[in-house]
Amino acid sequence: MQSLVIVAHGSHLNPESSAPTYDHADTIRATGAFDEVRTGFWKEEPHFREVLRTVEGDEVYVVPLFISEGYFTEQVIPRELRLAGWDVSEWDSDGLSADQATLVAEDIDREVHYCGPVGTHRAMTDVIVRRAESVTNDADVGDGFGLAVVGHGTERNENSAKAIEYHADRIAERDRFDEVKALYMDEDPEVDDLPEHFESDDVVLVPLFIADGYHTQEDIPEDVGLCEDHTEGYDVPETVDGTRIWYAGAVGTEPLMADVVLERAADAGADLGTALDDVRETTRVATGD
Amino acid sequence: MADSTPATDGGEAVDDEAGDDGTATPEIDLPGDAFDAVLDALDDLDPGEPLRFEGFSVARDDEGGYVLADGGRPRPMDERELHEALTERAAAVTDWYAFERVVGEFGPRRAFLRWIEDADGETVATRYAALAEGIERAWGELKITATVTDRGERRYDVRHADDADVSVDDLEAHEDPLDARDLVTFDEMGRYRPLKTAPSLAGGWVFPDLGPRDLYETVETIYPATVANWHREREGELDVTHWRETMERQSGIYGVVKTWDRGEGHEHVDWVAEACCDDSQCLKRREWEYDEDTDLDVDGGDGVFPCREPCSVVVSAARKWTRLESEQPRTYEFELTPSEKEQVEAIIDAVADGRTDEIREADTKEGANRYRARFLRAKRFDDEGNLGGVPTDPDEE
Repeated sequence: MQSLVIVAHGSHLNPESSAPTYDHADTIRATGAFDEVRTGFWKEEPHFREVLRTVEGDEVYVVPLFISEGYFTEQVIPRELRLAGWDVSEWDSDGLSADQATLVAEDIDREVHYCGPVGTHRAMTDVIVRRAESVTNDADVGDGFGLAVVGHGTERNENSAKAIEYHADRIAERDRFDEVKALYMDEDPEVDDLPEHFESDDVVLVPLFIADGYHTQEDIPEDVGLCEDHTEGYDVPETVDGTRIWYAGAVGTEPLMADVVLERAADAGADLGTALDDVRETTRVATGD
Repeated sequence: MADSTPATDGGEAVDDEAGDDGTATPEIDLPGDAFDAVLDALDDLDPGEPLRFEGFSVARDDEGGYVLADGGRPRPMDERELHEALTERAAAVTDWYAFERVVGEFGPRRAFLRWIEDADGETVATRYAALAEGIERAWGELKITATVTDRGERRYDVRHADDADVSVDDLEAHEDPLDARDLVTFDEMGRYRPLKTAPSLAGGWVFPDLGPRDLYETVETIYPATVANWHREREGELDVTHWRETMERQSGIYGVVKTWDRGEGHEHVDWVAEACCDDSQCLKRREWEYDEDTDLDVDGGDGVFPCREPCSVVVSAARKWTRLESEQPRTYEFELTPSEKEQVEAIIDAVADGRTDEIREADTKEGANRYRARFLRAKRFDDEGNLGGVPTDPDEE
C-alpha cells in the first residue's frame, strides 16, 4: 500500500495558508496513484509530530511543500517526523539537488521516503511558466513579455535565492519571454524597482511562495507599487511607471504544483502509473480556441 | 433511539440483552459479497484450518467441500448447503465481513469502529438489536449514530451534538469526508479556528449516511489524529511528551521558550495549562505534565481523546509569554473607585471566557459592557492611552 504525505507550514492566523496543500492533495487523490494521501502541518493539525501515525501504507512518501532547502526541510521536518539518524548529508545537496532519503520514522517504526522540497525540483520551472499563462490567461504568453521571479533574498536563507536564480535561468534558456529576471524582497536586485529592471512594456511577476499570505498579498503589492495600501486592492495588469505588471500571486496556488509533488514522489521510487500525464492535462490553461 | 443522550467513553452504548426493551435482532440477508468473501478467505486457508465466526466456524475439507462446526458434530456440506447454513447465520457472517473486509486491519480505524458498537464486549445479536435502534456515541462535539441495514452493513450519521434533534432535511447534508475540512475552518461567527479540537465547531451540517471507512475519515478530518492517539492510549502505548522535553526540542524563533523554565517550579506551566488546555478551550484531555516526575497542579480535563504533548498553539503562546515574563514587576500607582477595580476584573473575565459578544449593548450593569468600558477609558486614560495618566515606563515622564 502506497501512501503520500504532503507536509506544509500552515498558519494559526491565515486560513488560506493550508488551502494549496489541500487542493494539491485533492488533485493527486483524484489520480488514484496513491492508496492514501495525507496532509500534515507545522502550525495546523495533524501536526508533523502526529501525521505519520495516521498513515496506513507501508510505502510512505513524504513531500515537503516548501520552496527551498533550509531550516524547515533540513531541521524541523526531520526532527518532528522523528526520522532516525537523519543528517542533512543524507541529501548530499548543493542547496538545490536534494532528492530523497529513506529513513525509519521512529513514530511508526517504518521506513519513509523523505523527499526534497517541491520548490527546487526542475518541474517547478514549468509551474512558474504555467502561473504566467494563468494570470495572463494566455497559454502562449512570452512574446513581448518580461518575467520576474520573486522571492526572499539570502537574508533569511541562502538557498532561497539559489532556487529563484535556478528557475529564472532555466526559463531564460527557453527563449520564450523577452526577458527573465530574478528579483528579491530584501536584497538587490529589489522587486521594489521592478520597472527599472525591464525594458518590456508587460511583465509577469511570479512570487515563489507556497501560499498567499502576508508577503504575497501585502508586502510585494505595496513594495512594487501596485497599490498604496493592500486593502485598496489592485488590477491585473496594473501599470506602474509605464510598465504593465501582471501580478500572479503565490506560485504555490497554481494547480500544476500537484505535478511537482508527484515528481518528487516518483523520483523517490513511487509507482505513479499515468498520474503525471493526467495531472499535466487536467491542470492545463485553456488555449482559448 | 436507544438513548437520547450521547454516550461517553465509559458510557453504556448497548443494551445488556437484546430483546430486554422489546427490540429484537433484525432480519439480515446474506449479501453475495459477504458469501464470496467467505469462500475467498477459505481458499486462502489450508483444508481443516477453521475460519471463525461468532458461534461457529467453517473449514474446507480435502475434497472440495466444507465442514461447519458449531459445538455439535462437525457437518460436511457442499457450497449450496454452506450458502444455506451461512444465510441462517447471516448476522454473524455479515459482522465478520464488516470488520474483516470492509473496515480492515488498520489499528486506529478498526478499534474506533469496534468501540462504537462495543464489538469486543457484546454479542452479535445484542449489537445488531442495538444498531437497529441506533447506537449513539460522542466524540468531542460530534454525535455519531450507528445503524445497520438489512444486509448487515453499518451506516453512520455524524453531526454536531447541538443538532442532535434536528431533522436531516434541515441540515446541510454531505457525503465526502473531505467536505469536513471546510466545516472546521471557521467558527459560528466566521472566525478562523487555529485549533481543531477547540470547542468551537460550528453546526448546521450532517453526514447522514456514511460507511465505516468514511466515518473514520470524517472524524479524523474534524479532529485530526485523535483516533490514532486514543487508540495508542487504549493499547497502553500513548507516547506522552511532557512540557520540559517539548520546550527543550524547540529551535529557531521558538528556541527561547526553554529559557522560561528556570528550575523554580512549574507555576508558569500551570498558568499555561489553565489558559490554553482547560476543557473550555480544548476538548483533548491533557496527559502531558511538567516532566515525567512532576505533575501540573491543573486538571487535565475529561475529553475522550488524549493530548500527548503541548501543541503548536501552546508553543507559540509560550514563546510570547517567555518574552513577557522576563520583565520584572514594577509598582504603579493608580486611583480607581472600588467599582472601577471590579470593572477591570469583569473586563478581564469577559475576554478570558470569550463572553464579550454576549454582553448586551445597553446592559450597563455588566462591567465589560462597551459603554461602561468606553466611559472608563474616557475618564481614566490620558491622551497617550495611559491608565490613570501613569506612563508604562517611568523614564517617559
